[in-house]
Amino acid sequence: MTEIFTIALIFSTIRTATPLLLAALGGLYSERAGVINIALEGLMLAGAFTAAAVTHYTGSPWIGLLAGIGAGMFVAAIHAVACIRFNADQVVSGTAINILMTGVPAMLSGALFLSSGSTPQIPKDDLIPWTPVVLALLLVGVTWYVLYRTPYGLRLRAVGENPEAADAAGVNVNGVRYSAVLLSGALAAIGGAYLSIGQSSLFTRNMTSGRGFIALAALIFGKWRPVQTMLACLLFGFTEAISIQMQGVFKPWGEEIPVQFISIVPYVLTIVVLAGFIGLSRAPRALGIPYQKEK
Amino acid sequence: MKLLRELFFPLVAVLAAFVLGGIFVWIIGDNPFETYRLLIGSAFSWPDGIGYTLFYATPLIFTGLAVAVAFRCGLLNIGAEGQLYVAAFATAWVGIKFGGTVVDVFGTPVNYSWMTLPTIILLPLAILTAIVVGAVWGAIPGVLKARFGSHEVINTIMLNFIAIALVSYFTQYHFKQAGDPILQSVPVGAGVHLPRLGSFIPGLPERIPLNIAFLLALLACVLVYIFLWRTKWGYAIRATGANPTAAEYGGISTGKQIVLAMAVSGGLAGMVAINEVLGYRYRYYDGFSANYGFTGIAVALLGRNHPVGVLLSALLFGMLIRGGIFVDAFSGKVSKDLVEVLQAIVILFVACEALFRGSFGRFGLLKRSKV
Amino acid sequence: MLELRDITKRFGNVLANDGVSIKVRPGTIHAIVGENGAGKSTAMRIAYGFYTADSGDILIDGEVQRIATPHDAIALGVGMVHQHFMLVEPMTVAENIVLGAETGGIASLDLGKAAEQIRALSDEFKLSVDPRATIESLSVGQQQRVELLKALYRRARLLILDEPTAVLTPQEVEEFFSILRRMREQGKTVIIITHKLSEVLAISDDVTVMRDGRVVGRVETAETNAAELARMMVGRDVLLRVEKTDARGGAVVLGVRDLTVTARDGKRRLDGVSFDVRAGEIVGIAGVEGNGQTELIETLAGLAAPGQTTAGEVEFDGRDIARLDSRSRRELGLAHIPEDRHRRGLLLDFNLAENSILGDHYRKPAVTGFGNVFLNDRGIRDRALQVINDFDVRPANPDLPARALSGGNQQKLIIGREFELNPKLLLVSQPTRGVDIGAIEFIHRKLVALRDAGCAVLLVSAELEEVTALADRLLIMREGRVVGEVDPKGATVEEIGLLMTGGK
Repeated sequence: MTEIFTIALIFSTIRTATPLLLAALGGLYSERAGVINIALEGLMLAGAFTAAAVTHYTGSPWIGLLAGIGAGMFVAAIHAVACIRFNADQVVSGTAINILMTGVPAMLSGALFLSSGSTPQIPKDDLIPWTPVVLALLLVGVTWYVLYRTPYGLRLRAVGENPEAADAAGVNVNGVRYSAVLLSGALAAIGGAYLSIGQSSLFTRNMTSGRGFIALAALIFGKWRPVQTMLACLLFGFTEAISIQMQGVFKPWGEEIPVQFISIVPYVLTIVVLAGFIGLSRAPRALGIPYQKEK
Repeated sequence: MKLLRELFFPLVAVLAAFVLGGIFVWIIGDNPFETYRLLIGSAFSWPDGIGYTLFYATPLIFTGLAVAVAFRCGLLNIGAEGQLYVAAFATAWVGIKFGGTVVDVFGTPVNYSWMTLPTIILLPLAILTAIVVGAVWGAIPGVLKARFGSHEVINTIMLNFIAIALVSYFTQYHFKQAGDPILQSVPVGAGVHLPRLGSFIPGLPERIPLNIAFLLALLACVLVYIFLWRTKWGYAIRATGANPTAAEYGGISTGKQIVLAMAVSGGLAGMVAINEVLGYRYRYYDGFSANYGFTGIAVALLGRNHPVGVLLSALLFGMLIRGGIFVDAFSGKVSKDLVEVLQAIVILFVACEALFRGSFGRFGLLKRSKV
Repeated sequence: MLELRDITKRFGNVLANDGVSIKVRPGTIHAIVGENGAGKSTAMRIAYGFYTADSGDILIDGEVQRIATPHDAIALGVGMVHQHFMLVEPMTVAENIVLGAETGGIASLDLGKAAEQIRALSDEFKLSVDPRATIESLSVGQQQRVELLKALYRRARLLILDEPTAVLTPQEVEEFFSILRRMREQGKTVIIITHKLSEVLAISDDVTVMRDGRVVGRVETAETNAAELARMMVGRDVLLRVEKTDARGGAVVLGVRDLTVTARDGKRRLDGVSFDVRAGEIVGIAGVEGNGQTELIETLAGLAAPGQTTAGEVEFDGRDIARLDSRSRRELGLAHIPEDRHRRGLLLDFNLAENSILGDHYRKPAVTGFGNVFLNDRGIRDRALQVINDFDVRPANPDLPARALSGGNQQKLIIGREFELNPKLLLVSQPTRGVDIGAIEFIHRKLVALRDAGCAVLLVSAELEEVTALADRLLIMREGRVVGEVDPKGATVEEIGLLMTGGK
């Protein structure tokens, strides 16, 4: 068994956890401010596609990353406007964004690259395999500080717990919520960009394959707090990393465990965790409820 | 008058989707009008256009009803995809294990069954299996929510992935024919084939897969209406969706309603299997669902969670799918992903209106769960 | 100091403020009185920028000002303490006070300095509270002090207080008045919104009376009296008297022994409560809200809060019902008029007909057919019309959504629905909250009639006048216990007040 636990595993865990962490931190801002963000999956895809496409055209992954962030913020703005200005059901809006992002990148890549959803391969020199990882870890600390030690963080938390009280205190509730959702778009997009121009070298259709949802689960598991969310992401990264290692190695009853069984471990874990361990952990009290004055 | 008001917002949503979609098409470099002409025109020809449109609409009627019923209880069932997959597999299993001799990919007759049941028993059994298995898979997140308060959105999404993985595994290792390059199960017995409508309707060739499941879908619309608005169970479900605190006060066990609604929802989603496995492919075919579960959400929302609306929306989306395939084949740059884009825009627009109309009432249950 | 000129505000088809003009002199305590729904809160929320008036002006110190958000009001020196506190529960006192008025720049939140300033203000105005405590851990009285500190921290010169004494015991009210007097000495101007005339006469300098969205009178307190104010508030002589004969108590219908309820957070909400209610009598429960009355009614109705543990005995007609769910209790003859009609009592988006069978939808006449599964339209409609007619619900149209009715009519619908079941025991909580005076009299008469028909009634009300007028026996609750029983006809307000506060 010891051959499984190697340095390679640690690196693998961190690499797998990075996109989750970035997306989860993005979700943290949004949800702490009271706006449910199911659209992390779609936001990651937006970032991934844009980063890959722009990097291909400009040859610079940095510009690609910035473009990805811009795309993420743009798509997040759609969610923000629907939920904050029009009081749309936040879960439905998020789902719509996800569906949108299964279609839009495919159409664009069809138009630009005549492919069925992928962007062209990017040469190795133009990738950024480590920057997003470092960024992710830094952001955990930054987020903690912003949330608990700055006026912006105070207002954000207040808006997520009791928007009426924040409004009465003179805080611009909707303004704070807009900014939080846009931030979530930016961060999730970085997570997506990491997938396309960091971990691999191109964008393929639906390449996030559910990571956005796992990020959301990690956020919930982490009780909407930065450090705990990071630990949750590492845990989920670990299960995925170990499933890759175990293939072909681990044979408890003389037969290989089919890849499908291992792949569902994070999903099962999430369900169990949501049902059991979370228990009384409180979501931000105003989460999911649009703020409407003058009822 | 009220009908006109009810129709207004969905129409606006659809129109907005087409306009925005058209702009998108133009950005990509194709002519929106040409694209839409192809898209819509291809749906109205006879027999292929209408036949295929109705065929594509059939699974959407089922998933649309599924999502609508769940919505009426204040629940968002994103798990229709997983529910229809397990149901499809289970139905195929029944068809294989009790269907008798079939012909394999290479043309040889072969028998995988335990025993051969006559059609009169086997067909209803297969249909019932689809419904029951779907209902069970749908009940799981319902129970989790009722018992633990965990939000059905995350759970259903997770269960989708689990369902697809498990079913894929079973197909690959136990029900696929060795040597078959396609990930699909062996065929189901002839006794469980649903006749195509082409064998009843003159002028409709049997090569078009429109089958009896479509009639079952229409029946389902009627039954759902009766269930929700004409029975005490439906009243309890709707009350729970509208205001769970008041429902509880009225002696309604909200937990039971949640499980019931999710089970009914799952059962409806499972009926997609009838169309797919028993009426079209006559086997389980991995990955057969063209996002029917997610499209069902759009169908339900556009149809304002009412069976009549769902039926109309499903027809609209069926038309779009038919048109999308055409556009994909015959247009220069636009692919059938345009349909997904249109769907998403429709959902966004409808979601923005819905709150004003009070047709949601989800916040009651939302407040009680963790997400 | 503050003047509202011709303010008009509409919410949908409700005209909340109709040409309201109010003048408040600087350095005074000014009371704005009126019944529930008179428009007092609306007018003041406009002054605070929480709402925007459709027309009219706001003048501060004689100059017209534009107040579009609370931010603007705060900048002009206006502070407001709302009826339902605007506090963020999991955050600390200091964080709440500082929210929106943070010092220390973008990059850091200086809570230390804020705590110092808070302590200084606390001392100056005798509002003692620990800046590091979380709001959740504070008592209601302490939370109110935090609200006052919030306004003072922002250098408010004018403080608007909406129903400040609604949640205080008579003892705390006295302390509160001395705080107000101190503020007046310090040169602040105070507006209190209230419907309690005794307090108005005790503390204010001027009074503005509002009724139905309009200002109907403005007097100096020294030159008026309670009767005159009441008349202006209501438009006619008000005497809260309910015509009723003495109760003839029959057999014990409800027997409660040692009922103890512990909430999820471990706090005891009910502590060894014991009492009986007999057929044909109204037992009233008086007490400041939040002393266990809600938990009592909800537990008796079978609607225990999640995570709650219940101990003790509850007997209905001699049967132990402690383990029965709410539906079973209803079937035995227990009816319940909940204190929050919007949250608990109605399905606002459903029509009156469907609301009239809530709780009874699975039995005849609501159902018919094979196995009693199908809804019986005719039966439901009949029931609805019965309720509507017997209880004067207006508009008398069963197809209207419940949302479209006024508070009083919604309440009548609920009451009618429950009465239709011919209950043996009726639990009723805050029956006339937010209800107009005509409906109040109607509801009171119906309750007495039900009692006379032999029903046992348990009535909880925060309106002391209401519960003393209606009850045959009066229990006082404080901190989850029944601390005393008095004769409602003979007891004085002081006696009851002492019991409510613990006799200190």
